Amino acid sequence: MAQFPERPSPWGGLGAILDTPAKRWTAIAVILVAMAAAPFVFGSYGTVILTNALLYVLLALGLNVVVGYAGLLDLGFAAFFAVGAYTVGISTLHFGLNFWLALPLAVLIAIIAGVVIGAPTLRLRSDYLAIVTLGFGEIVRITARNLRETGGASGLIGIDSPWLFGWHIRTPLDFYYVFCVLVILGVIASVRLANSRLGRAWLYVRHDEDAAEAMGIDRVRVKLAAYIVGAIYGSIGGAFFAANLGAISPESFSFRQSVLILMAVILGGMGKIPGVILGAFIVILAPELLRDFGDLRLLIFAVGLLLIMLFRPSGIWPVRSKR
Amino acid sequence: MSLLELKGVSLSFAGSRVLDAVDFSVPAGAIVSLIGPNGAGKTSLFNCITGFYKPQQGSVRLDGTETLRMKPHQVTRLGIARTFQNVRLFREMSVRENVMAGQHCRTGAGVIDAILRLPAQRREEAATRDFAEACLRFVGITEGWDREATTLPYGWQRRVEIARALATQPKLLLLDEPAAGLTSGEKEELIGLIGRIRDERGIAVLLIEHDTSLVMRISERISVLDHGVMIAEGTPREIQSNQKVIEAYLGVEEDALDL
Repeated sequence: MAQFPERPSPWGGLGAILDTPAKRWTAIAVILVAMAAAPFVFGSYGTVILTNALLYVLLALGLNVVVGYAGLLDLGFAAFFAVGAYTVGISTLHFGLNFWLALPLAVLIAIIAGVVIGAPTLRLRSDYLAIVTLGFGEIVRITARNLRETGGASGLIGIDSPWLFGWHIRTPLDFYYVFCVLVILGVIASVRLANSRLGRAWLYVRHDEDAAEAMGIDRVRVKLAAYIVGAIYGSIGGAFFAANLGAISPESFSFRQSVLILMAVILGGMGKIPGVILGAFIVILAPELLRDFGDLRLLIFAVGLLLIMLFRPSGIWPVRSKR
Repeated sequence: MSLLELKGVSLSFAGSRVLDAVDFSVPAGAIVSLIGPNGAGKTSLFNCITGFYKPQQGSVRLDGTETLRMKPHQVTRLGIARTFQNVRLFREMSVRENVMAGQHCRTGAGVIDAILRLPAQRREEAATRDFAEACLRFVGITEGWDREATTLPYGWQRRVEIARALATQPKLLLLDEPAAGLTSGEKEELIGLIGRIRDERGIAVLLIEHDTSLVMRISERISVLDHGVMIAEGTPREIQSNQKVIEAYLGVEEDALDL
């Protein structure tokens, strides 16, 4: 039966290359050492850029659950990112809440927002979700712009950086390591979800809604779960983003951000974790690396993206190992 | 009492009547066939039973529970599983994962269970796997469980689909043209499999099938649907000699002769 291909996995063929535990642990060790050493190689400016890239990895991992696993087109993902950031900003500044209490509150509010937006729309065909999420993203941004509590167009400033067991997470280097930990946890959660009852259900529903329903799967419930998982990732990213910068403004959560995160997911290869990580790095690092080209850098970046989509429509990461 | 009981089920699409006051029943543990010419409404009736279509009138009861207002996944949970006329396995997923789909409605692990991988979640996963593998063995597929399901030969895919339906632990199994596209050898195996589903698992089987000799061999009761109307019901012998059935299949000759 060897002529039949193995089915694709969230690792996107990485499992075939790293086929023994020894190889796997070596790869993990190399990645961890590289993550720990990177700030000392790339300097302080490089560390800030890498932290931003890690934030996008986290956000892209979250959106990957929605788009890559469950196949739902979400055009307003930045809304959850904003909900996380503003919840932390408002609750720490106006109500004097500790960051570690504000964080679960941010997640809770994102979940509620996810249910409110998702429960009615996920019953409809997926095109409607794209439209509603697009609207939701803009509503959140415009609301933040116009409320006094959110600081209007200038946003919130002076958000306290958190303490953790006597460690004041304050410098860019501190935050770099915090985001490293968040990304590692994000990857673990993502892989575990993919290989679970729910992870399979997302694929069933994505491939054939009717057959999935006939197998006793409540497609609305399953899609809502994916949408909420995405919301949780987004809000956690937003909460730490706010704590890191200490200042947030509505323009950090524009439609452009949603598109950028979606681009990271699609560019690397939907549903494949290494691809999504790669995509997030490209989306953040490419404009930085092209800085020498001045005004032309965004044009070059755009052409590069078009070429990738033309020649690798299912993402940069290989679909399956060729044997 | 019958396991499945349909009373006065009427379904129309945009004014055209597909099913007209259909009465129909399947006794517990029976093998029943639904036959009729093309376009008679057989698959529509299946869709009404499984909750995919909502009939405008009538009642559909499984074990006395009304299922008419239920969604398909709720009907499956209640105990009706089905296969599709054209095999619909999940693409890009292994044979085992396809069959594991059936256990979804009998298990309950959610997001937090998946992320934390607590012992209860791991036990549930292992049980789901074991059950899926047992279903695959039951239908006679003992290897290639890790292969992509849609790359299997057609006859195997049909059996994987039956295994997937069995994995929902149904009381009633609906097979929509299970013999279509099978070789005569595979048809013999199918007859054996349907018998074992009923005898060993106690599951009632209702099938739509065009292969008359297969239907006559395995059915205990046969119902005949023509233009959305149930025109006959009985044992294979009774159906074979029923005048209405012969007319439905061959067309009405006498009228033409009278003119």
